[in-house]
Amino acid sequence: MLTIDNLTNEIGGKAILKGLSLTINAGEIHAIMGPNGAGKSTLAYTLGGRPGYEVTGGSAMFEDADLFDMAPHERAAAGLFLGFQYPVEIPGVSNLQFLRESLNSQKRARGEKELNGGEFIRLAKDKAGLLGLDMDMLKRPVNVGFSGGEKKRAEMVQMGILDPRLAILDETDSGLDIDALKIVGAGINAIMRKPDKAVLLITHYQRLLDYVKPDYVHVLAGGRIVKSGGPELALELEREGYAEVVAA
Amino acid sequence: MNALALPTRRDEAWRYSDLDAVAAIWPTPAPTRIDVGAGGNARHHLLQDASDGAAAVHDYVITIGDGARCDFHVLNIGGKLGRVTFTVTLGSNAHFGLNGAIIGGGDQTLEIITSVTHAQPDSTSGQTIRSILGGRATGSYLGSINVARDAQRTDAFQSVKAMLLDRTATANAKPELEIFADDVKCAHGATVGELDKAALFYMASRGMDPATAKTLLLRSFVAGVFDDVADAVVRQALEAAAIAKLEALV
Repeated sequence: MLTIDNLTNEIGGKAILKGLSLTINAGEIHAIMGPNGAGKSTLAYTLGGRPGYEVTGGSAMFEDADLFDMAPHERAAAGLFLGFQYPVEIPGVSNLQFLRESLNSQKRARGEKELNGGEFIRLAKDKAGLLGLDMDMLKRPVNVGFSGGEKKRAEMVQMGILDPRLAILDETDSGLDIDALKIVGAGINAIMRKPDKAVLLITHYQRLLDYVKPDYVHVLAGGRIVKSGGPELALELEREGYAEVVAA
Repeated sequence: MNALALPTRRDEAWRYSDLDAVAAIWPTPAPTRIDVGAGGNARHHLLQDASDGAAAVHDYVITIGDGARCDFHVLNIGGKLGRVTFTVTLGSNAHFGLNGAIIGGGDQTLEIITSVTHAQPDSTSGQTIRSILGGRATGSYLGSINVARDAQRTDAFQSVKAMLLDRTATANAKPELEIFADDVKCAHGATVGELDKAALFYMASRGMDPATAKTLLLRSFVAGVFDDVADAVVRQALEAAAIAKLEALV
C-alpha cells in the first residue's frame, strides 16, 4: 500500500530524513518508535505534504500513485489520513462544517456522490459515539477549547468519518490518560483494523501498543530506520531504552 | 463631505482614497440625511456593489435623538472606488451601531469613514468592521469618536480587523478618539493578518481543496457582521453577496 524508498528531506536547509525506506502492506499495522529528534514527526508531515518539508530524494508510492506528485488535499482524497500530534484550532469553523466540507471535497475529487446534511449528521453521530465524544462537541469550533484528550478523540472521529485506507498517526497517544487511551485504541482498531486498510503509528511509548497491536515495529534514529522487528521489539525498547537497542 | 473643491491627500479623510476616481464623479451627490427622533428605532443597510470600474460615494449624515437607536449594516464590495461615510451625532441615552464588511480585489479602493459624536451623556456606539483584501486592493477604515465635555458615561467601541490575501493588498485601519469628558469608556482594537497557514494545511490534510478551505476561513472571519440584521431577506441578501464576492476572490 505504501512504499517509501530511500527518502531524504530538508526543513529550512537542514537534512532530517536521511535515506528512510519502509513498506507497508494492506492489512498491516506498523509502529515507528524512536528518540526525540529522530525525524518521526518529520516523516508524518512529509508524507502529508506540509509546506516547508522539502523532499530532496527518494520516493513514496501510495499504491500506484507517487505521493509527492499530489497536493495535500489530493493525498487525502486518495485515502491518506494524517493524525496530528498537535491538532490545529480553527476558531469560527464548527467541527461539523469542517468535516462535511472535507468529506464532500474528497467525494467530489473521487467523482462520488456528496452527502447531504441528514446523511452526514447520521454518519457523524455514529463515529462520535464510537469514540465517546458528545455531539455537542462537534458543534463547537474545531479543537477550540478542547482538552488534549478531547483533541485526540476528535481526530479519531475525523478519521472515522473520512474513512481513509492509510492512517499515519503522529503521537496520537500523547496527552491521553489511561481511560482515553483505551477508547482511542479501540477506535483505531474499529476503524482501521481491516484487510484493505493500513496504519502507521508513530509513538514514543509502548503503552498505545498494548491496545493497538502492531504487526511490525521499527526504530527510527538519525533520519533512518535502524532496526525492525515484531511487537517484541517495542517491549525490548521499553525495557532497555533506545540507546541500548540502537547501539546493539 | 461634498465641498466644492476636490479633496486632496492632505485631507485626513481622503488620504488613502482613489482621487482620480473621485474626480471623475465630482461633485459627489448630496449626503443622505437620517434623523431618528427621540425614542425612535431605525435600521438601515447599504449593499455597495457598484459595477466594475465605477466610482461610488455614499455619504450619510445621521442624527439620533434622545433615547433613540440606529443600527446600520454595510457591505462595501463594488466599483473601482467604493466609499461610504457616516457623520453621526448622538443625543443622550442614544445608540449607534455600525456593522460593516469590506471585500475587495483587483485594484479596488474600498473605504468606510466614520465620525461619531457623543454630544450628550449616557450614549453608546459600537462599530465592527471586517475587511478582506486581495490583489492590489486597498481597504480603509478611518473612524473617529468624539466625546463632548458634557457626554459623561459615554460607552463606545471600535473593532477593526483586516485579512490580506496577497502581499500586494493594503489595509488601513485608523481608529481615533477625541475625548473631552472624564467619565467615559472607549475601546478600540485593530488587527491586520493573513490566513492561518497551519489551519490551511490542517484543512488540506482532511481533503479540502485550497479554494474551499480559504472560503471557509474567510466566511468565519466575516461571520457575525450581519447576524443581527433584523430583516431575514436583507440578511440573506447581504450574506449571499459577501459569499459570492469571497468566492470570486480566492
